[in-house]
Amino acid sequence: MAESFLTEVVEPVAPTPPVARDVAPVLAVEGVTKRFPGVVALDDVSVEFYPGEVHAVVGENGAGKSTLMKVLAGAYRPDSGTIRLDGAPVVFNHPSEAQAAGISIIYQEFNLLPERTVMENIFLGREPHRFGVIDYGRLEEDTLAVLKRLEAEALISPTALLGGLSVAQQQVVEIAKALSYDAKVLIMDEPTAALAQQEVAVLTALVRRLQARGIAIIFISHRLVEVFELAQRVTVLKDGQKVATAPTKDVTMSKIVEMMVGRVLSDYFPERARPEDIGAMALRLSGAGNAALRDIDLELRAGEIVGVAGLQGSGRTALAQAIFGVQPFQSGAMEIHGRAELFRTPAQAIRNRFGYVTEDRKYEGLTLKQPINDNIMLTLRSLRAKLSRAFRNGTRADRDLAVELAQRVDVRAPGMDREVQFLSGGNQQKVVLAKWLATDARVLIFDEPTRGIDVEAKASIHERIRELARAGAAVLMISSELPEVIGMSDRIVVMWDGTIVGELPAGAGEADIMHLATGFAESSRNEEKSV
Amino acid sequence: MTAISPPAAQPSAVGRARQWLRDRNVPPVYGILVIIFIVAILLDAFFGIDDELFILNQTILTNILVRSVALGIVAVGQTFVMVGASIDLSVAYLISVTAVGASYLMAGDPNRVWWTVLVLFVVGIVVGLINGTLITRLRINSLIATLGVGLILRGLLNATFENFAGSVPASFQTFAYGTIGPLPISVLVLFLVVLAGWFVLRRMRYGSHLYAVGGSEEVARLSGLRTERVLTMAHVICSVTAVLTGLFVVSRLRAGAPWVGTDGLYDLESIAATVIGGTALSGGKGGVWGTLAGVLIFSILDTMFNQIGIDAYMKQILRGAIIILAVGFYTFRSKAEQG
Repeated sequence: MAESFLTEVVEPVAPTPPVARDVAPVLAVEGVTKRFPGVVALDDVSVEFYPGEVHAVVGENGAGKSTLMKVLAGAYRPDSGTIRLDGAPVVFNHPSEAQAAGISIIYQEFNLLPERTVMENIFLGREPHRFGVIDYGRLEEDTLAVLKRLEAEALISPTALLGGLSVAQQQVVEIAKALSYDAKVLIMDEPTAALAQQEVAVLTALVRRLQARGIAIIFISHRLVEVFELAQRVTVLKDGQKVATAPTKDVTMSKIVEMMVGRVLSDYFPERARPEDIGAMALRLSGAGNAALRDIDLELRAGEIVGVAGLQGSGRTALAQAIFGVQPFQSGAMEIHGRAELFRTPAQAIRNRFGYVTEDRKYEGLTLKQPINDNIMLTLRSLRAKLSRAFRNGTRADRDLAVELAQRVDVRAPGMDREVQFLSGGNQQKVVLAKWLATDARVLIFDEPTRGIDVEAKASIHERIRELARAGAAVLMISSELPEVIGMSDRIVVMWDGTIVGELPAGAGEADIMHLATGFAESSRNEEKSV
Repeated sequence: MTAISPPAAQPSAVGRARQWLRDRNVPPVYGILVIIFIVAILLDAFFGIDDELFILNQTILTNILVRSVALGIVAVGQTFVMVGASIDLSVAYLISVTAVGASYLMAGDPNRVWWTVLVLFVVGIVVGLINGTLITRLRINSLIATLGVGLILRGLLNATFENFAGSVPASFQTFAYGTIGPLPISVLVLFLVVLAGWFVLRRMRYGSHLYAVGGSEEVARLSGLRTERVLTMAHVICSVTAVLTGLFVVSRLRAGAPWVGTDGLYDLESIAATVIGGTALSGGKGGVWGTLAGVLIFSILDTMFNQIGIDAYMKQILRGAIIILAVGFYTFRSKAEQG
């Protein structure tokens, strides 16, 4: 299927893309390295991008895709290496410089003003004018002209208020804005993530039109199926390094998956649960769904850790939020400890002894400007009557409990009155953990428990999570890091496109997980059906 | 919804009227203005202290408009600042400075009017530049920066003047009391200021850029705008309108005293009128026509309260309630729009 698609796309534009190439690359990255504290995000990466070609950049979370895009778009400056535009080396200090030079980037979060019209958005800062008075007639004409180049003039009115448009239409406006800068290179970060199926078709058509105009298109995607539909060339990144660049017609999806994974498992993880440790059913979902999720079937027992793998946007966090009552399920059934129950608010979940360690501890998990003990006691204090743990603020019992919990999770700080904002990431996470210990949570959901935490503290967090399970808690652990999911979990469920696409036993391989997580398994299943 | 509805189902008259207003970007605050006007007439008819309805009395109607001038002019400036997602608390103090400065410098001499006015506008521009610089370059929160500047102005003024100082010449009082036919000059000035404000915001590049900066500074910056300059300019415009209001106030009072600006509550009321008019505190939306309606609402209320003899404290309570209601209404509406 990908084959036929490819010939159809490529024929009029670039007859023989890979072999005998007489076209010079419009944009070239040579030996680019970018370091952040504690991590090399890009390690000596070299890639060339050609006009009229769609070039996909794929890789696991944290492989360096976003960093590469930001370097190209002028948001980051590389520590070393060269970027060449039309052969000449360029240095961008600001995204607007890259844009002026012809490199536009479209982020997942659009850079548009919802309260302004389409034309005001597209030509912001470049409005046609006479003595400072905007020539609205020309502004509308110019906008229409840009939209026409995208064959989107029937889809979008220049005078429409941007906020009233659908996500797909707003994306077209973003693309039109990029085009109005005479972009030679257009970078799209996960352009299809927020789109419905038929909207993806519109985008696909749009991309082909841009391609036919000789624009180089770089797109990041987690969806390999789309990569093979849209791109003529694919670059695989892993741990900040380039694994390979290849024409899509010369590689298979499973080959790409293989290149994306295959890291050595060197970290130490605590021992897994033995069969006798696993107890009663703590949580059961059957056919549960909401706007972001569908047909979720999941069982979680006391004493076990179930890992949730999946790429960004696969519904991992939505699942945690649905269980915890942040964005409740709207269909299907949920059972806790054998009785039907559906949380409508987080307070309800907490009362039922659920705990949720969020992905973003700084904004959702902690009050950064308050001391350790207040953070630990936060939830317990607000819901103490409901949780029937008798104690009073400011009493000795209150302080003792906070100290005890802090010791239990091994928070390292000069004192309990230390403001949480001054702690390291690892210690902050331990404070969040202690907060849920205070409420005596029996079902715990972790979303990226070790993101941004150094290796030593990571091991300590892993140990704490396992201890909780050993003490009889049921743990659901979401993580982008496959080694963590594999190392920690007693079972692994893999999510894709808002649902659970498979379950794997403890110790499953990275490749197996990635096959499920990229939707590759789904698409091949569909193909089998159609054959 | 309207697009799919079959042609047979004609929208109701109300629906069509609403669409007509929306197509012309009439701020919803005009609905509130009309309602309050009607309520005022009814209250006046039943509880008014004299037999005549204020709506039929040209003096009272003119009075409503004249009452709006001082607040209206500075509220236009405040609207600029707030569209840019900033705020200016120094206006009341700057009005005092202008009023006192004008009467002191003019000292009753008609020959000194023009250069005094010039000097005061320069003072306004400088204050605006200071406000803008503090906020955009030093990144001081606008509330604190302008409050600080305002307090400094007050200190300077109180250190120099204790009471009414000097006076403006009779010729200068034409600004406040002169008329062209039936129309007071001051009302004409207010109207011209609003018109100019509308033109700059809605027809000029500068206005478009200011909305962008207020809507999202990041988006504006990524589009290559010099956001610091845009916002500083808004503060300069605001300070200039404060000076103009100060000139009107002193022209009315004949002499300025250090408390005329703060007693007039021009800082908080200009913000309130702007917010009632539909300009969001978070910036990026709204406009001067809405603000004008907000100011008129205040004037109508004041006039009506006088007509039916409500005491001053009750007046303040009702004003406060109306501000809360109006803003609550906008929040409710924008939530409903988001679905």
